[in-house]
Amino acid sequence: MSKNIKLMQGNEACVEGALYAGMRFYAGYPITPSTEIAEKSAELLPTVGGKFIQMEDEIAGIAAAIGGALTGKKSMTATSGPGFSLKQENIGYAMIAEIPLVIVNVQRGGPSTGLPTAPAQGEIMQAKWGTHGDHPVIALSPSTVRETFDLTVRAFNLAEKYRTPVMLLTDEIVGHMREKIEIPEPGELEIYNRLEPVEGETYIPYGVREGDLVPRMAAFGSGHRYHVTGLFHDETGFPSNSTENAGFMLDRMMKKVEDNLDDLIEYEEYMLDDAEVCIFSYGSSARAAKTAIDQLREEGIKAGLFRAITIWPFAEKRVKALAEQFDNIVVAELNLGQYVYEVERVVKGAAKVSHVGKANGDVLTPAEIAAKVKEVL
Amino acid sequence: MGARDNQEIKIKKEWCKGCGICVTFCPKQVLGYDDEGKVAMLDSENCIKCGQCEMRCPDFAIFLGGKE
Amino acid sequence: MNNPIVEKYFRMDNLPHIWCPGCGNGIIMLALAKAIDSLGLDKDKVCVVSGIGCSSRAPGYLDFNTLHTTHGRALAFATGVKLANPELEVIVISGDGDASAIGGNHLIHAARRNIGITTIVFNNNIYGMTGGQYSPTTPNGDLGTTAPHGNIDRPFDIAQLAAAAGATYAARSTVYHANQMEKMIETAIAHKGFSMVEVISTCPTYYGRKNKKGSAANMIAFLKDSFIDVKVAEKLPEEKKAGKFLMGEFKKEEGVVEYTVAYESIIERLKK
Repeated sequence: MSKNIKLMQGNEACVEGALYAGMRFYAGYPITPSTEIAEKSAELLPTVGGKFIQMEDEIAGIAAAIGGALTGKKSMTATSGPGFSLKQENIGYAMIAEIPLVIVNVQRGGPSTGLPTAPAQGEIMQAKWGTHGDHPVIALSPSTVRETFDLTVRAFNLAEKYRTPVMLLTDEIVGHMREKIEIPEPGELEIYNRLEPVEGETYIPYGVREGDLVPRMAAFGSGHRYHVTGLFHDETGFPSNSTENAGFMLDRMMKKVEDNLDDLIEYEEYMLDDAEVCIFSYGSSARAAKTAIDQLREEGIKAGLFRAITIWPFAEKRVKALAEQFDNIVVAELNLGQYVYEVERVVKGAAKVSHVGKANGDVLTPAEIAAKVKEVL
Repeated sequence: MGARDNQEIKIKKEWCKGCGICVTFCPKQVLGYDDEGKVAMLDSENCIKCGQCEMRCPDFAIFLGGKE
Repeated sequence: MNNPIVEKYFRMDNLPHIWCPGCGNGIIMLALAKAIDSLGLDKDKVCVVSGIGCSSRAPGYLDFNTLHTTHGRALAFATGVKLANPELEVIVISGDGDASAIGGNHLIHAARRNIGITTIVFNNNIYGMTGGQYSPTTPNGDLGTTAPHGNIDRPFDIAQLAAAAGATYAARSTVYHANQMEKMIETAIAHKGFSMVEVISTCPTYYGRKNKKGSAANMIAFLKDSFIDVKVAEKLPEEKKAGKFLMGEFKKEEGVVEYTVAYESIIERLKK
């Protein structure tokens, strides 16, 4: 059988991955540099019986996507910087109402309208703290076109498995560059579907069995009439002002992430075993970091890479161990310092943490990363 | 026999908030208030069972129901 | 002992509701239940969506698939629900602020698309949940806690706004005219396309007290005396229309393709 090999953009691979995962609903608003995700979804969704809608604004885009998810459809929305800011309130809604949803943010230069066609990694902290209040967060960041495909599938799987919105943080580089990728055959990647109510059992919309963390989800129209709200609610789904209940419900939601770190956290390590310095990077910047490592090693400097694939939750345990192994950790990211604070928080002085980055719309080059490494050594 | 002969006005006092809407708009003025300020049927003889009290009660506290 | 309509369509454990004495919202909610009963809709196939505000608490009391969303966004959520599953009868309940201020953009675009959603606006001319601030329908000159010197804004006519934006059914009634309102809601739900029923409600607690409108009954009596049907108004001389407000069916346009039907036809076309 011939392999299904295609040359495509990261943004296109995102849609291919979404359809592979079973996406049947997309709602969004055009914004550079994510627009191809909407365009490709508009083209392909009706061919598989799915639905696409271009809404009147970014807020409506995520709102309609949540509505679609509630009818039992796997649902996605995509955006970039300003749109990600606008979507924050409803991201929180999806978290408290426990809606499986994939939110793609093809990061571009900010703040405000900023640099619409230039790459950035400026929403690392916004992904975690952008919506108000405490809440669980899952965010993934691909470095390649093929990984965009894979992580989109994974984002859907995690959203379905944990009944929570999952963010895919790509950027203008990964979104727009073209690479040859092999599309997996159907069945090659595992696909996870949300658990539905058990037939014959009384459905308690936000109730879980002892030891479980994720409530089963009934589709609107399936015969289980229930209530969904952004207010704190008890297991019946109806609003509750009880502080005891709010604490219990939030604790359960947080544990969906906290108790499943091994399932959620993915990273890649490149030439770390014999390295004398650790470069810490993710997304498109990690591509430059790999080249920097190759160049440094030609010069006799043994550098290695830790590449975060899961941005949130943070790979705390592994990074702590790296701090024991290395005197120096150089964080390379396309911003003026965001993820570096998380590294510092975890490392707690056990290693020297340095930062190399910028936010002027230029890419981070291997030479800049290599220069930083030489400076700290 | 009229269509509503087997019906009568029923009052669910615990839901009545005493807003007085039903009392004001009763075309036969058969409704009033009890000691707690809640709606009371004062003159069931003259009630025409038009249902206007039911349709304007914001609290579903008064309605036409089957005679028990 | 309960009203059988209430027993059939309400979540009895959640009643009585939170609304103030004399608040008109309950009148509209009962009319909605009666309209749904007259249409014989399957409760499992009805989805009621709301935003934030006093009126937006209504879905919590109604025994359907219910969705209480974020402020102003009910129609955007509802659009997703309806497009993803067109067999659902989707009804949006919104207040004047929710529908026409923070949610105004969603309102005109849902109307423009002619998507098969029925929107019922509980218009009490004020932000009640937050304590009486002026809304886009507070009459010019009236008082609100944020218009202590009189409201200088000019109000929206929500039903006409929806009609102008492309709604294929647009009507207005009041909580005094509850029978007519119920029939309008029934017509609106049966209508194929975007339908709007604006219901003038009463907020005796904030709007009424602030503007010295008297009791809830006084406020409803004002609605009785001030609103005339658009068809009656056509035949009245100008002097009889002075100071009156129009209600009734402003627009009823049949045969305009409904949005989800249009989308399904794309899916069918692509199968060939």
